Amino acid sequence: MKLPPIPERLAGNRFVLDEDQSHIVVDQERLRATGSDERIIACCPAQVYSRAADGTIAVEYAACLECGTCLAVAAPGSLTWRYPRGGHGVQFRDG
Amino acid sequence: MSGPEPDFDVIVVGAGVAGCVTAYELAGRGLSVALIERGETPGSKNLSGGVLYCRAMQEVFPDFLTEAPVERIIDRNRVCFLNPTSWVGLDYGDERLHQAGTAVTVLRAHLDAWLAGQCEDAGVMVMPGVRVDALLVEDGAVRGVRAEDDVLRARVVVAADGVNSFLARDAGLRDRPPQRHLAVGVKALVRLPRETLEERFGVAGDHGVAMALVGDCTQGIGGGGFLYTNRDSVSVGVVLRLDDLTGKRATAADVFDHLLDHPFVAPLLAGGELVEYGSHLVAEGGEEMRGRLVHDGLVIVGDAAGLTINSGLTVRGMDLAVGSARAAADGIAAALAEDDTSAAGLAGYERALADSFVGRDLRTYARAPRFLENERLYGAYGTLAADVLHDVFHLDGTPRRHLLPTARAVLRGSGVGLGRLARDAWQGVRAL
Repeated sequence: MKLPPIPERLAGNRFVLDEDQSHIVVDQERLRATGSDERIIACCPAQVYSRAADGTIAVEYAACLECGTCLAVAAPGSLTWRYPRGGHGVQFRDG
Repeated sequence: MSGPEPDFDVIVVGAGVAGCVTAYELAGRGLSVALIERGETPGSKNLSGGVLYCRAMQEVFPDFLTEAPVERIIDRNRVCFLNPTSWVGLDYGDERLHQAGTAVTVLRAHLDAWLAGQCEDAGVMVMPGVRVDALLVEDGAVRGVRAEDDVLRARVVVAADGVNSFLARDAGLRDRPPQRHLAVGVKALVRLPRETLEERFGVAGDHGVAMALVGDCTQGIGGGGFLYTNRDSVSVGVVLRLDDLTGKRATAADVFDHLLDHPFVAPLLAGGELVEYGSHLVAEGGEEMRGRLVHDGLVIVGDAAGLTINSGLTVRGMDLAVGSARAAADGIAAALAEDDTSAAGLAGYERALADSFVGRDLRTYARAPRFLENERLYGAYGTLAADVLHDVFHLDGTPRRHLLPTARAVLRGSGVGLGRLARDAWQGVRAL
């Protein structure tokens, strides 16, 4: 079976967006210097990370499934990733 | 104990399986317990592949199978090597597994909500929608938690905050695990009409099947795929070891899509409707990644403690979470009774865990993670098995040979070699 592209796939999930703050902060320099940029783009199942036209990493934090894979593959210090504030982020209906 | 009066005897952080069972067991002993959960509702942040081996859970909740929201009883297990255009598998069904209710499929948002409800009924104060930011550490001992602008004090804190284990890691009590001890799970829940599902998977009533897939389904990356039947949906996913995923420069989402497209998998899901798409980090290190589980004022349980077993055939986490929760409740109750919540006072947890099925099974399978890093499991051996069977079943007019010379010829042509096969087989027997 074929599923639609990731953004449409995620549209079926319930998300409570934290409008005020992102739970993900990237250090562009360090991501690039350590090769972590390529790894987080490839490993994130929600495709939260992508390369912008200017070569930097864009972060679509609203789509985050909160698995923590990016944090596990990024070099220490290149990525600050916390859980969203209480009650925010993905809310699985089935899990 | 000096300092301000604690708000609770115990604060449990995280309403997953480990956290809920710990809280439930402690409340049952008359202790005051808070269960703090960052999700909007308990269960809303939680996801697993979906097979729960439920013996330990039944010891906590004797009517678990009839009362809890379980999907199907797994009495059929299929294990398949999937190659690009062939597959070889084992298909084991057994009525005894159904009668015993050994394993069930679950959907965590439902299961964990039910567990939290049991906690509430037992007197636990359940606090959803609250993120714990850090442990409250005073004089080197954990005395409570910081949650947004509040401080909550307790005599003991239980870190049941899942595989990312921020609480213990931030406090310097747990190391960052190496990538080879972690895997990313990507899962979709696909709805099928119940009659269609039962026809395709050969199940009926509350019977269910669990399929473990290995090989081309992960494009050769260490890990595997799975298909589990729920009542009217299928949990389908891949689990990919992070060191191999990054080493091979593959993309997690692409590998998952590749599985869905595989000729073995695609017809099983055809016409299905995507209900939910999720992912979860999986601890894969087994015994090796466990580390210390008690500190002054703190106990670590479940995934946060890295308690998982992948034996190659069974993949376990939730039952170990239950086992660790029960051992932790024993250790905490004893420490509180003695009024000694230091690491030494709480060490009864580690002893109880080591003596329980959790500690025993972790030791039994201590070699399994290493063995499962063997890349031939994810490529060569699947095609080897199919090539032998191809020579057996493909009657092309050439004279037949006995099975043994057939296998030997295939082995010679595969580049694996008899010596390597024998070594791998020996290691497999010892590890699994």
